This record gives sequence, C-alpha cells and structure tokens, in this order.
Amino acid sequence: MSKMLNLKLKIWRQAGPNDAGSFLDVDAKEIPEDASFLEMLDIVNERLIADDIEPVAFGHDCREGICGSCGVMINGQAHGPEKATATCQLHMRKFNDGDKIVVEPWQAASFPILKDLMVDRRAFDRIVEAGGFISVPTGTAPDANEIPIPKEVADTAMDAAACIGCGACVAACPNSAAQLFTSAKLAHLNVLPQGQPERYRRTEAMVETMESFFGSCTNHGECHEACPKEIPLDFIAMMNRDYVKSKIKNRSLASQR
Amino acid sequence: MVTLDAKIPEGPIAEKWDNHKFSVKLVNPANKRRFEVIVVGTGLAGASAAASLAELGYQVKVFTFHDSPRRAHSIAAQGGINAAKNYRNDGDSVYRLFYDTVKGGDYRSREANVHRLAQVSVDIIDQCAAQGVPFAREYGGLLANRSFGGAQVSRTFYARGQTGQQLLLGAYQALAGQIAAGKVTLYNQSDVLDVVVKDGEAKGIVVRDMLTGQVEAHSAHAVVLATGGYGNVYYLSTNAMASNVTAAWRAHRRGALFANPCYSQIHPTCIPASDEFQSKLTLMSESLRNDGRIWVPRDRDELRSPGQIPDEERYYYLEEKYPSFGNLVPRDVASRNSKTVVDEGRGVGPLKNGVYLDFAAAIARDGEQVVRERYGNLFDMYERITGENPYQVPMRIYPAIHYTMGGLWVDYNLMTTIPGLYALGECNFSDHGANRLGASALMQGLADGYFVLPYTIGDYLAPKLGEKPVPTDDPVFQQAIKEVDDRTRQWTSKTGGTHSVEYYHRELGKIVWEYCGMARNETGLEKALSEIPALREEFRKNVKVLGSPDGVNTTLEKVNRVDDFMEFAELKARDALHRNESCGGHFREESQTPEGEALRDDENFAYVGAWEWNGPDTPQTLHKEDLHFENVKLTQRSYK
Ligand SMILES: Cc1cc2nc3c(=O)[nH]c(=O)nc-3n(C[C@H](O)[C@H](O)[C@H](O)COP(=O)(O)OP(=O)(O)OC[C@H]3O[C@@H](n4cnc5c(N)ncnc54)[C@H](O)[C@@H]3O)c2cc1C
Ligand code: FES
Repeated sequence: MSKMLNLKLKIWRQAGPNDAGSFLDVDAKEIPEDASFLEMLDIVNERLIADDIEPVAFGHDCREGICGSCGVMINGQAHGPEKATATCQLHMRKFNDGDKIVVEPWQAASFPILKDLMVDRRAFDRIVEAGGFISVPTGTAPDANEIPIPKEVADTAMDAAACIGCGACVAACPNSAAQLFTSAKLAHLNVLPQGQPERYRRTEAMVETMESFFGSCTNHGECHEACPKEIPLDFIAMMNRDYVKSKIKNRSLASQR
Repeated sequence: MVTLDAKIPEGPIAEKWDNHKFSVKLVNPANKRRFEVIVVGTGLAGASAAASLAELGYQVKVFTFHDSPRRAHSIAAQGGINAAKNYRNDGDSVYRLFYDTVKGGDYRSREANVHRLAQVSVDIIDQCAAQGVPFAREYGGLLANRSFGGAQVSRTFYARGQTGQQLLLGAYQALAGQIAAGKVTLYNQSDVLDVVVKDGEAKGIVVRDMLTGQVEAHSAHAVVLATGGYGNVYYLSTNAMASNVTAAWRAHRRGALFANPCYSQIHPTCIPASDEFQSKLTLMSESLRNDGRIWVPRDRDELRSPGQIPDEERYYYLEEKYPSFGNLVPRDVASRNSKTVVDEGRGVGPLKNGVYLDFAAAIARDGEQVVRERYGNLFDMYERITGENPYQVPMRIYPAIHYTMGGLWVDYNLMTTIPGLYALGECNFSDHGANRLGASALMQGLADGYFVLPYTIGDYLAPKLGEKPVPTDDPVFQQAIKEVDDRTRQWTSKTGGTHSVEYYHRELGKIVWEYCGMARNETGLEKALSEIPALREEFRKNVKVLGSPDGVNTTLEKVNRVDDFMEFAELKARDALHRNESCGGHFREESQTPEGEALRDDENFAYVGAWEWNGPDTPQTLHKEDLHFENVKLTQRSYK
C-alpha cells in the first residue's frame, strides 16, 4: 500500500475562453504517494463526480512524458518542482503531507484557455507550418546511406528534435516568448545536410511567424529551466545568427532568379 | 451477402506488388485535384497518407481528436522500425523479413500483404532520412542498426528511445508543409463519430467539434480511417489514454467487417500496476531483456528483499525452460510464463503482481557505467515512476496489453468491405497475423500511408471522375448527423446516474483482462459473453455524465468511446471463443502442447475471421478468408 498524503489544492476553474474563472478549493485527503500528478487529479475528479460537480478538464494523453499534451503550473512552476519532468511523470512522492498546491493552466496571451486547465496551443502548429519541414515528396528520396551525417551532427539534431511541444517554455517565460520551441525545430532541421537548401527560407518564415504570435525573448532562461526535455539555450543563439543571415541570404537568392 | 475478395494479384510473390501497381487504374495528374479524400487520424499511418495524397494533388481533409496532429499515440513508440536494408551485411533481405513476419505472426497473416510490406520497408527509411529524421548513426556517418525482439539479424533503425516520436514528427512536418500549401485542411479537436454510407459506398463522416460541441458532416470521394488500435478495451494498457475503437467500430456498424478482434499483443516488460488509481501502464523497452535476468523467488512465501535471496533460491524460469533463447524468447512466450509464476503465487512487490528483471549480473560484468550508457533513460523513467533505483534493486515488471493485431478487414488495396472506405495502420488487421514482431508496427503504418494507399486509392477513384461528393444536406447525411447528436446528448440529459465513466471502463477492463487476456478458455469466455452485456446495460442506465454537451466536455467524449468498447468487447470475446486454437497472442488453454506451448490448429483455423454486424444486441455473422501459404511452410514455433 502506498503512503497517503493529505493535500490542500487550489485548482483553476474556467468554463470557457470568455469566462472570468476562479479557484476551486479542494481538500484532497488520502492521496497515495505512488500516484502521478495526473492520477491525483483523476482521484479528485472521481470525488467531484460523486458530489455531482463537473470534473476539472486538463490536457493529457500518453502519460509518458512524450506527447506534450499535459502541462499545468504547479505552485507557479511550469510542470512543477521536478527537473526535466513533464506533469504526467511527476509523482506525488515529491510532495509532503499537508502541502498546499496551486494548480493553474499555462498563462500566455497566445495560449487562450479553452476550459479549466486546458489551453489552445495551435500557434505552435502555425510556426511549424511556416517552414518546419524538409520538402521531400514521398518517393523521391535517395538511398538513406547516400548522405553520411557525422554522428555528432545527428546527435545534435536529435537533442533539438526531442522537443515535445508542450508549451512549458512559453508558460515559464515572463514575456511568453516561444524562442526555445522555435529554435529547437530550426536547429533540428538546420544542422542536417538535408535541411540546407531551405535553411534560410525556413528560418526567416518561422521566426517571423513566431513573432506574430508570441512575445520577445529577453534572455531570462526560464524556458530551459522548465523544459521537460532540457532543450539547450544554445539553439536560441543559433536561431538568432541564422535569422540575421537569412535576411541577406534570402535577398541574394532572390536576386539570382 | 458479403463476399471476402482479398484481390491478391496474380504472379509470383516477389512480383505481385509490381504487377499490381502496373495494372491498377490511374488518375491523371491534372485530375487528382478534382477528388476529395477524408483522412481520419494523424498518427504515422494517417499523417503519412494525408501528406502523400496531397503531394499527388488530391484535396485532403484530415481529422484528429488531438489538439495537434503531432500528439497521436504513435509518438510514444520507443524501440525502432524494421527495414530489410541489409546495411549490416548479416544476411537480411526482403524475403527474410517477409518470412520472419509470417512466421512471427504464427501463420495467420496474408502472404501477399506481408511481402509487400517487406518490399516497401526499404523506401520508408530513405523517405524518413530525407525528411530529417535523426536516426542513430555510426561514427562513419552511416545509419546504425540493432537487433530487436529476438530477430536473428540487425534490421531495426532507431532514434534513441524515441523512434515513434521522430518518425511521427517527420510525417507531421510533411503534413504541415501541405497544410501551409493549402492542399490539406486540418480539423483538429474533431471527434469522428460516424461514417456515412450511401448506395453502399462511403461518402463521408460525422464529426463533433470538441470545442463547441457542434455536430456536422463532411463529404468526400473516399474516406480513410487511420485511427489506431483497440488496446484500451482492457482499460489498463500501454496505449495513450484517448486511444479508442470508435471510428473503426462505427464503420463496422455501417457494414465494414471486423477481422480477428481476439488478437491482442501483450508486452512482457511493463511496470506493474501499483493500485486501483492506476490509469495506464508504462512500457519498459524490450531491449532491457538483452541484459536483465528475469526471476522470482522459488519460495512462495518469500519475505526477504531480493538482494538477500541466494541464487539457488531464485527461479530463473525463462533460462531454465528455454535454455537456447533464455530471457529473449518472443513476447508472448515471455508474457505467459510471467503469468504462470505470478498465478502460482510467486509474484513479487507489494501486490505480488510482478517478476524481477535483474541487472546485478550485467552491472557486475560490465560495470554500472556501461549499463547506464545503454539504459540510463529507461532506468531514470523507472525510478521516476516507482521511486525505486534499479541500479540497486531489481526492476519489477509484468506483461501489459500493448498492441492489437485485429482490426477492420481490408483487401490488398487496404479497402474495407465498404467500397470507398480504407483502413490503415493499427486500425486494420492486415499484416501481423496473430502476433506482431517488435519494430514492425511503425513500419506498417508508414508503409500503408506513404507507399501503399497513394497507389491503390486511384483504382477506386479513377472511374468516378466527374462525380461530385454527395452534398451534406442529403438526407443520409442529415439522418447521420441527427443520430450522432441524439446519441451524444442523451448522456448529459439523463439524470440519476450512479457511477462515473471511468468506473465502468475499469470494470469492463477487468472482465476483458480476466477472461480474454493472456490466457483464455471456454468457460471464461462464456462468462465474459454474459457479463459484458450485463455491464453494458448497467452502464447505459447508470453512468453519470455531468456538464454540457455544447462545449469542451472530456467526460462526454469518453462516454461515447466506452460505449463502443462495451459493444466491441463482446465481439472480441466471441471471436476468442470461436477460435478454438492457440496462435500468437491468442492462447486457448484447451489447445497447448504437452510442454504448455501454444498449439495451432491449421486444419481448422488457417483463416481470417471477419465479423459482420447484424444490429444491436444481435450476434455478428462470421465470414472466413482462407489463408494460403505458398511460400512459407507452416511449422510449429519452438524456442527450446
Ligand atoms: C508504448 C508503446 C511503444 C511502442 N513501440 C513500438 C516500437 O518500438 N516499434 C513499433 O514498430 N511499434 C511500436 N508500438 C506500436 C506503434 O506505436 C503503433 O502501433 C502505431 O504507432 C500506430 O499508429 P497508427 O497511425 O495506426 O495510429 P495512432 O498513432 O494510434 O493514431 C491514431 C490517430 O487517429 C486519431 N483518431 C482516432 N480515433 C479518432 C476519431 N474517432 N476521431 C478523430 N480522430 C481519431 C487520433 O487522434 C490519432 O491521430 C508501440 C506502442 C506503444 C503503446
Ligand atoms: S500526457 Fe503526454 S506528455 Fe504528459
């Protein structure tokens, strides 16, 4: 049997995007410390339903820290206190009996609240659509071993590609900037040989789309601290360099037409 | 009357696909944009299909219940993807991958489909590498491989422990490019709740907007379902929480035959459930069995901690029973043996519901650093979940439901028994027979989406040039919309419910796991067939769904899905009862060898069992597609 915790929760409730919203106080008794944070919310929800109160809506799916669906502010921290851990992988044994826990949705103008703890992160998809891909129609690819890629380069691409698109970086940033997310996608594609032809076009388009939705970066580094995949800040510097270059490169490419 | 025509092309096995590609009807490039295609699902199968069809010029609408296409369940696959590249020079070939897959599937798959899968596997790796999928590489810059799930060759490509994520991001990005180009329209947070059939052909779908609750219809020339598997009928599984059978089930109710629903795969290395609150099970990669030794205490009443139990008092049951394969026996064999020892009362952990996977020997032999390099991520994940440090105490593992081989019946073109309705990826039944090999689901999803459907769909569409999609104000559409709307609203409009949706889902899972899980027998299945309808009735009467249907309501989304699982579970048990043989993931206790291994009955069961819907509360009718093995000889598997 798990050890049990008694917790005092304050959970944000909001019926819809235009509703004012308010906190719900929950006396969460007998929460097993082996439960994950989301399982704790499941238990709370089952009790709410028993009392004829609509359960709290929150985003989640894989519960393995990979799909990026989950994510809430826990006592003001995106994904809570454990480093490199998404909300679904955080377990209650990281808390103490009697703790007060405030649970809120991501807060960022470009992530409108849909309901309770669920937010709309579609702006991220718009950034990827702006250029976060390598154009290679199905069936046109050369043999996979035709283009050798140094292991270090493949590893860096993988470090960047590990981003799960959860939005914690934006939620943790005082300016609600999306630099870490955008730069991770750019780094993934821009370091690979296959990504070179579209490199500067991609960079310019993605950065500008990002700017149309999100705030600007003032180098706080909170995004990296909150990131469940520990995406390095270096990628932001790489993006900035490429963006400056892209202005010149794209013009000179255009003039060669 | 349904007739099952698999449309397997003529010719020798290695030429069938090429012959077929040549003989199917083509839609000329300029005409493709005159056709509209609906794709449901943005996992590996759906995203790759939607992107490829759009590149060809078709007008595509793609639907997913996720907020972003990138969140599909495929994202969670860890281990890798197979392909017959033979980059290792170790004797792999298209034929060997074909052979291994047919054998691994325990001779219950269609040879022609499997051969095609092995053929296109090589193109998948090329495609993905070109998209920028960061596959693991050697220092020379070429792609790395590993051997996976007991395969005798190294044909598995991987991207750290996140292969599914990287392949899905590749397909998602290709899709994003097509969305930006205006070739694909994306409908996210859209729950597809019915398939619309007119004059015997699929003409569209009915969708509930999960943000507004609005129910509406979409029409097209063809509909493609790529909606994943039905593992969550067990409640506890390694599947993502929202994975469900609804789209496939609704198609079944509209006339699509459902094939082999009794087949489901159990993965031997998952973290055992810790309590009633457990919401899902977490897979620990199979690669752990390369170095971990599996054991339980010999003494059922053992109380000592594992480190204090001397070697001779440990029962290394896999090593003892299968000296040549040891801990690396196939998934089904490893799983059943764990069940046996736990059922005997030798289980470990507070609930006695697991077995040890012990790395002490590997750490003593290679050092902790080497083990950390190999499995560091997995060990960290284990510790995060259980609070135990696997470098010091053995992991506890137990089998869990992981994958489902059954699904909508499809012909060689991946078309269901409803013309114009296709099924791709885990939601069809096609390639894995009664058991899937590790790293072959990702391969199949991408094969279907990138390289099969884009060729075969033209055969159906070409003759329809000039036909317009049925307008959604047509009475069939209006009727279907009304049915979905009424069905959805009934849950919130009734009062006096007693239990939550979650409660009923968990109860259903217990029945299905108990009687239709790792081992099945006639008495148990009969019991399931009486308990499931009773639970369904109680659920429909007493389930409590709060909140409004006009807006976000996650309980309401779930109640429709559980309602479909309640019907599906019964068919699953019926199929398991009728298949009185053991094969792959389907183990009938009545049918085993004297040593307790699965015993097939090729005389009577070498067929695909495909079930036809006859209306609510009426048993389905069984149709059989006989399987012919012209290339691979049927043998009894043995891992001794
Ligand atoms: C933990 C884990 C690890 C795995 N590891 C491996 C591995 O290493 N190698 C391997 O080969 N396989 C692996 N598998 C299996 C493999 O991941 C899956 O079989 C495969 O990804 C399924 O892909 P899919 O495209 O068919 O469906 P999914 O990825 O399940 O996608 C289904 C899609 O359909 C949508 N959808 C479903 N129903 C509806 C509806 N009604 N309305 C709207 N949208 C809907 C969903 O939103 C989603 O986009 C693993 C599976 C698990 C659970
Ligand atoms: S639920 Fe998927 S990352 Fe948390």
